[in-house]
Amino acid sequence: MTNAFEAVGLVKRFGETTALAGVDLAAPEGTVLGVLGPNGAGKTTAVRILATLLRADAGRATVGGLDVVRDAAKVRRIIGLTGQYASVDEDLTGMQNLLLIGRLLDLSRREARATAARLLDRFDLTDAADRPAKTYSGGMRRRLDLAASLVGHPAVIYLDEPTTGLDPAKREDVWNLVRGLASDGVTILLTTQYLEEADALADEISVIDHGRVIAHGTPAQLKHRVGGRTLEVRPSEQADLPVVSQILTDVTGRAPESPSRGVLSVPVDSDLAMTATVRRLDDADIAVTELALRLPSLDEVFFALTGRHTDTDHATLDSHATLDSKEDAA
Amino acid sequence: MTAVDSFPAARAEDAAGQPSARINLQPQAARPFALVRHSLALAWRSIVKIRRTPEQLMDVTLQPIIFVVLFVYLFGGAITGSQHEYLQFVLPSILVQTVLFSSMAIGMNLNTDIKRGVFDRFRSLPIARSAPLIGAVLGDIVRFLVSIVVLMAFGYAIGFRVQTNALQALAACALALVFAMCLSWVSVLIGMMVREPGSVQGFGFLVMFPLTFGSSMFVPVDTLPGWLQAWVTVNPVTHLVDAVRGLMVGGPVATPVLQSLMWSALLVAVFAPLAVRAYRRRT
Repeated sequence: MTNAFEAVGLVKRFGETTALAGVDLAAPEGTVLGVLGPNGAGKTTAVRILATLLRADAGRATVGGLDVVRDAAKVRRIIGLTGQYASVDEDLTGMQNLLLIGRLLDLSRREARATAARLLDRFDLTDAADRPAKTYSGGMRRRLDLAASLVGHPAVIYLDEPTTGLDPAKREDVWNLVRGLASDGVTILLTTQYLEEADALADEISVIDHGRVIAHGTPAQLKHRVGGRTLEVRPSEQADLPVVSQILTDVTGRAPESPSRGVLSVPVDSDLAMTATVRRLDDADIAVTELALRLPSLDEVFFALTGRHTDTDHATLDSHATLDSKEDAA
Repeated sequence: MTAVDSFPAARAEDAAGQPSARINLQPQAARPFALVRHSLALAWRSIVKIRRTPEQLMDVTLQPIIFVVLFVYLFGGAITGSQHEYLQFVLPSILVQTVLFSSMAIGMNLNTDIKRGVFDRFRSLPIARSAPLIGAVLGDIVRFLVSIVVLMAFGYAIGFRVQTNALQALAACALALVFAMCLSWVSVLIGMMVREPGSVQGFGFLVMFPLTFGSSMFVPVDTLPGWLQAWVTVNPVTHLVDAVRGLMVGGPVATPVLQSLMWSALLVAVFAPLAVRAYRRRT
């Protein structure tokens, strides 16, 4: 499978600050790459380079086999960009915003209008089509921004923190839209600070920190790499707890703990632990209301990879805040 | 959610019609005259924004009227003793003042677009880098024209009359327009240099006040103290006002017109390259 986009050894400095220190990113056609990292890790800089908005100091990047510097104009015909903040024109209506993009993408007046109407419908904005975008809620603005990036039927879409600042319900809306795009065969680069977001949407994840990719793999691989799977069992009858506890001890060689009432939990190493447990429960004729092999959260993955939690290291966040303002200026 | 429900439909359309036509990594060839079409599309955007934003609409419609009322009825009697007479003197000046003030908006608008990320969107599209700039300038011309029409209509309603002829009056408007467009490069430059859109306005007024009020706009030059006369006579806006007034109500025009055009050329020669360089660096 060929890569829809590929970045190799990207380096970008803003004055004294190194935003990217040699980043490799790639996604096969039709997949979703999650780029996960804390604020100021260099995610936006990488996206801006891949979107032809910024030139790397070193390294190269291609989209659809086209160089983002030499063939920038061609690259712009196959990409769509949704920025960190919704970059819609607030004074224009939703319809006018999309019409303008359509006209700039060389659609005829009629095509532009039809495309705009179709996208507004798809993103549930038809009722608000003729209202200025400044009257939109945050979620509507994101949807309009996303719609704007789709006018040209891009093959590759960059979504730079598309759900930052949205409440959980709106976030779920955007996730569904992203899933829909992915099932249409669009290749997506999604940057996020939310670990569960990358887990929910991405085929592969590149974890980025201080301008470097510190890990790459499928969500499951990343979780595996860190280990720490646990088996949880909740028998239907509380009375069965001692028997279940004995079974788990036999299978895993460890004594289970009870994280909450009526639940037993034990760390497992072997892929066979789950099957063996099911067989033994069946033999003992024990019914369960819950039986799960839990993977560690990506938050734990990040901690294991960097030795830091993603949201607790205030000193680092502060130093990145200055980096962000430099990215703004550039 | 309906938005999600519509996805299968979109896929079915593909399966029925052209498979993978929507998802194509091969870019299409650009159509000719792209720069013109894109600039016009962006000019359309500027014009829509003039209609949509009350402040901008006020700038081009109400502001010139307020200035006429203010100067003619409030100061006019005191300055010349006759409001009607002063109207003939001051209306061409207010035309110049209006377009010059309007010319400061472009820097603020561009700065706002960059700040809000709208420029990122434009730049991720296959359009020339200069298209947003050209579009903004074209939009400005429309704004200038609207304010000129509003001003002249109001002036006529309260008794202003062109003393020369229609052609000369049009030439006067064209001259003011050309000068304003050349001056707008200063605004573009400021807009590219400052961080906040509001600062453009601040800087703009700092430039505009001495240029407009410190000229032959509102009072006869010989009533001014010597040091102020010295400034007024070198102020390019004085030449422009003299030229526009001459073309509308009579008086010597050859020299001030020539001086105005020379100043226009000079403004472009100095500020356009600086502004374009700053624009390229910022966008």
